[in-house]
Amino acid sequence: MSGAESSTIDRVPVRDEAGDVLVEVQGLSRRFDVSSAWLNRVVRREDKRILTAVDEVSFSVNRGETYALVGESGSGKSTIAKMVVGLLAPSAGSVRIDGTDPANARPAAMTALRRRIQMIFQDPYASLNPRWRVADIVGEPIRTFGLASGNEVGKRVGELLEQVGLSASDATKYPHEFSGGQRQRIGIARALASEPELIVCDEPTSALDVSVQAQVLNLMRDLQRDLNLTYLFITHDLSVVRFMADTIGVLYLGRLVESAPREALFERPTHPYTRMLLDAAPRLDGFERVHATDGGEVPDPISPPSGCHYHPRCAFRVDKCDQRYPPRRVLGPSEVACFEAERVLDAGAGSG
Amino acid sequence: MASNVMPSSAADDAAPLLQVRDLVVEIPTRRGTLRPVDGVSFTIRAGEILGVVGESGAGKSITGAAIIGLLERPTRIASGSVTLAGTRIDGLSERELRRVRGARIGTVFQDPSTSLNPLKSIGDQLAETALAHLSVSRAEARQRALQSLIDVGIPAAAERLDAFPHQFSGGMRQRVVIALALIGDPELVIADEPTTALDVSVQAQILTLLRRLCTERGVGVMLVTHDMGVIAETTDRVAVLYAGRVAEIGPTRRVLTDAAHPYTRGLMGSTPDTSPDRDIGDRLVQVPGAMPGLANIPTGCAFHPRCPSAMSICEQREPHTTVLGDSAVRCWLHEDYP
Repeated sequence: MSGAESSTIDRVPVRDEAGDVLVEVQGLSRRFDVSSAWLNRVVRREDKRILTAVDEVSFSVNRGETYALVGESGSGKSTIAKMVVGLLAPSAGSVRIDGTDPANARPAAMTALRRRIQMIFQDPYASLNPRWRVADIVGEPIRTFGLASGNEVGKRVGELLEQVGLSASDATKYPHEFSGGQRQRIGIARALASEPELIVCDEPTSALDVSVQAQVLNLMRDLQRDLNLTYLFITHDLSVVRFMADTIGVLYLGRLVESAPREALFERPTHPYTRMLLDAAPRLDGFERVHATDGGEVPDPISPPSGCHYHPRCAFRVDKCDQRYPPRRVLGPSEVACFEAERVLDAGAGSG
Repeated sequence: MASNVMPSSAADDAAPLLQVRDLVVEIPTRRGTLRPVDGVSFTIRAGEILGVVGESGAGKSITGAAIIGLLERPTRIASGSVTLAGTRIDGLSERELRRVRGARIGTVFQDPSTSLNPLKSIGDQLAETALAHLSVSRAEARQRALQSLIDVGIPAAAERLDAFPHQFSGGMRQRVVIALALIGDPELVIADEPTTALDVSVQAQILTLLRRLCTERGVGVMLVTHDMGVIAETTDRVAVLYAGRVAEIGPTRRVLTDAAHPYTRGLMGSTPDTSPDRDIGDRLVQVPGAMPGLANIPTGCAFHPRCPSAMSICEQREPHTTVLGDSAVRCWLHEDYP
């Protein structure tokens, strides 16, 4: 932690000494036009309505680590995931994966990059083609990227299925023959088929029962260790984050309000929103626990509050909070966008 | 077959508000009869929150639906009884059931937008419910509607009485649903995953509200959820369901900290947690496999193929209910067997 001086960071959050950065996201923004149709707008004299789903988000992910983006609905976490894998172009800012920007890469470079990035989706029922056999689903990336040919493909599919805890003979079956947890394993096998370095996981266990979620999360950690995978993990569930992540970014209405290593975030949150989230999450030993909820909800992202978006709900609010957005700064191991972060830190991790 | 007498919740002197005894729900199909609920028994006292927890397919929602008579045909109660404050309410006609629902049992479902009529104002819906179940005038019903919105913490309630459901946020909508469930002064509320569709910060608010209102008014609550953390923080007692049977039931703290059933222990171990006092390490406890489908529930104890402590008797015979102090468990580990 060489940069201990409380310097203001505008766009570059990269910690110099953190050698092997695989993903670098800088000043990433995405706006959507959610206006009514042109004629309706003219007739009703409405203005254009612009939704800023992601607003100047910067973070970096080290090779072999898990970076989790956590946030409630409307936080922009899935939009960021789509931009990182190149499914959606940013309105501003950039994503660099090992130095290549998927939005501006040439076709050949993009193909090479696609092999190295894969995605695991939330719904294991919607993300597998019901008319394809498992052999075709898992084999497709192998063929597309020319990683094997002929009989080798089938052999490789069998290996992948066994690697995710299924059996090689499952290759001849269709997705409907599997349970939700097994389908998610097929999704993981497909993601592994192209021998990727980065896997973007968008709520991969949210649709699963807890006992099955535990199996899938354990598997994902084993695979990460064995294959040196890097995960960008998108979720709303803090307990899953605590189990999976090395570093965590907390999003609120499209802005990254805090980014910190796991222990620091859970034990010494520096942003009032993080602190509130930690307090609100139910705990297995929380018998008769009283929550210090703020009574608020995530506001409409089309017309977010001025200044710091969180200020109307914030217990640490000061005058300037509704006027300007606090710049991101370093505080110990954390990066935080809050004027009053020191006070939050002193207040400790919630009411307990 | 299995004798199924559950210990009554605490003091035997007070008759429970709700008593469910040996409830069996069946779905006749061409390939045979399925039993999503197979001999479930529990009680709820006035002012008490009973959590019903389990994974998908455990039968928790269908148990709630059976109690309020909302089973869709051909699904039906095959045997057992449901008694509300001394009166049997299973087997009532649809007309009689209508008088029970709303007036004596309120309901809160997962998705607030499907529980509200999108074409009617919040105030009208609340007042209509009050008129249907209470002997009040129109003016009084409207007054009650307003008071109920204030009670559930809707800001500027008087101005929002004429607003429509779409003008409320998700959390505020669920507050309205709770107001709707409570406006007929019910004795029992059945809340089926009431916070599953909500953000975590709103979830805490809604559960706190539900708990406060029901305790204050002495309303018994059956809270159906899949979330062990919600169970820990919200309920007084908990019933853990597996494959349509109660695996374990008892005071929440006891069941969660000193589980008698291997499935309860497995559920607790496989749930990642944010509690600062619990170290989750780098591996979650794995319960192998998944909840069986209704068409192939294993013989004997339905959990035996996934159970780390399974013995040979477990696959041969279904365990009985063993009473352990103020809780009860269905597991051969706690039962002498021949």
